[in-house]
Amino acid sequence: MIVRRLAYAGPLVALLLACTFFALQSPRFLTGANLSLVLQQVMVVGVLAIGQTLVILTGGIDLACGMIMALGSITMSLLAVKHGWHPAVAIAGGMSVTTLAGMVNGLLVTRIKLPPFIVTLGTMNIAFAVTQLVSRAQTFTDLPPLLTWLGHGVRMGNTPIAYGALAMLLLYGFAFVLLRETAAGRHVYAVGNNLESARLAGINTNRLLLSVYMLSGLCAGVAALLSIARTGVGDPQSGQTENLDTVTAVVLGGTSLFGGRGIVVGSLVGALIVGVFRNGLTLMGVSSVYQILVTGVLVILAVATDQWSRKS
Amino acid sequence: MRIPALLRLPPRRLLALAFPWFVACSPKGDEKPVIGLITKTASNPFFVKMKEGAEQAAAAQGATLIAAAGRSDGDNAGQVTAIENLMAAGAKAILISASDSKAIVPAIKKARDAGILVIALDSPTDPVDATDALFATDNYKAGQLIGQYAKARLGATPAKIATLDLIPGHPTGAQRHNGFLSGFGLPSYEKTRNELAQPPEVVCMTDAMGDQAKGQTAMENCLQAHPDINVVYTVNEPSAAGAFNALKNAGKEKGVLIVSVDGSCRGVQNVVDGALTATAQQYPLRMAELGVEAAMTFIKTATKASGYVDTGVQLIAKDTVAGVASLGAEKALGLCWGDK
Repeated sequence: MIVRRLAYAGPLVALLLACTFFALQSPRFLTGANLSLVLQQVMVVGVLAIGQTLVILTGGIDLACGMIMALGSITMSLLAVKHGWHPAVAIAGGMSVTTLAGMVNGLLVTRIKLPPFIVTLGTMNIAFAVTQLVSRAQTFTDLPPLLTWLGHGVRMGNTPIAYGALAMLLLYGFAFVLLRETAAGRHVYAVGNNLESARLAGINTNRLLLSVYMLSGLCAGVAALLSIARTGVGDPQSGQTENLDTVTAVVLGGTSLFGGRGIVVGSLVGALIVGVFRNGLTLMGVSSVYQILVTGVLVILAVATDQWSRKS
Repeated sequence: MRIPALLRLPPRRLLALAFPWFVACSPKGDEKPVIGLITKTASNPFFVKMKEGAEQAAAAQGATLIAAAGRSDGDNAGQVTAIENLMAAGAKAILISASDSKAIVPAIKKARDAGILVIALDSPTDPVDATDALFATDNYKAGQLIGQYAKARLGATPAKIATLDLIPGHPTGAQRHNGFLSGFGLPSYEKTRNELAQPPEVVCMTDAMGDQAKGQTAMENCLQAHPDINVVYTVNEPSAAGAFNALKNAGKEKGVLIVSVDGSCRGVQNVVDGALTATAQQYPLRMAELGVEAAMTFIKTATKASGYVDTGVQLIAKDTVAGVASLGAEKALGLCWGDK
């Protein structure tokens, strides 16, 4: 038990080591403003990774989350800019669309019993195509202020903290409590460990899986709003690499790809590890290709660690 | 045997692997001024050449160049992150080739508001004045050159044109396409318009995203619909190579004119070999050198570059035709970029 607890601390130690290293390399790294910037840079992937963690904990995978996010951000900006809806209603509209997309994933997985990998591979392409069609592949600019509000923030001394980053931290806190303290949260682990025995133990596995995929869709909706806030535009080309970025974050955070094991806060640490390397290497003047290289190495290390600790 | 599992935790391995690696290859930062270069990707030979040129120019002028890139063409979020990180790294000037001409604008505004000189290289932003200056190929003129050449080669034969374009709404793609039609003497749109003109002579118009495989597929489909296509315009040389493959597989490579824009070494070699009829050559090295020069002027004297600077374009063709000036492909090989 103690070993397992420590295993969860592994990613955090890795993050702290990386931070120490970059702090020694560049005087600009360890400033409040820079660390807040990193937090802001990972908020989109971070929020998507919450949904991804839930899905992976049940033994599934959501390859569509990035594209569903793009669909959500286009829906929001289209409704607000082109149709002149009130921004708040447009945001609600976008989130409904992404949650609905998550529901479609969940229904296909639970009712038609298709493997999540295939289902979300399909809906990923569908969401991309619909995004392009609906937006006519055009970027939306001049968005109402409410849509980009999360990109603004409060100042704590010299450190600006984006509302979006705070929202992400809040969502992680919420997900942490949900998984740890509620029956539904424990059921997520149970389903991931063994679907059949979870069902025999009286858990309504279909309903649970459906809600997990819907929650992932809702996370994509929040991420859509964050993505708009970060870039200031509704971009139909966004979200193309986010699906695997979230899987990277989840795996780096120590959650097992086989389901049933992991903690959601680890995924935030995973996303931060990628963000810290990207930021730190740029500050050092090292080409961004190395960031991708390091991420690759870390992912393999993280999964290998998971495998080894399973055997022991 | 629980305890040994501890030894297999990631941090130790991270320590063991990552530390010597980075300590070995990380020179401590000094007080040289920092210039940032953000390209669309780190792998496209055009941007590789641009980066090399910028690094050399910066080193010669006593500045540090930090290069960053999106992960794929169209990766706007990656470029936004790169701008933020370069600002954090203390860059005084940023040279950027925007992947998404509109979506990048708010991030550029933030950098300029912070007093950073931002120059667009190769690709204009939308609106153009979102950056301090633009150093780029005149893409409309590049299109016109190959359009004029194709028209002169085709003569009085009625044209059946296929166009393999970039992505919808991209200024570079629109300027090359509309410039080509204007050079060909067909009704077209003006330089500033981001839509693609389609006169009746253009029988097949499709987006190949500048990619060879997609170019081949697009051309195959065009040939299915219109086997009598006799002119192919492509937005760049990889898509032209794809189009040539499709034509060759259909046994039609002899009678069809393929024209393109870029002037990469592989493209120019294709002109020599007859796989490409003509291309308009652009000069990424010159963009980079001018960009670094402008950045240094700004750092030393606080004078900002402004407006549009044409970095030049030349028509490259194997066979000359009367009335259209072109450079021989052998000569162009000396000026090309990318792998030979």
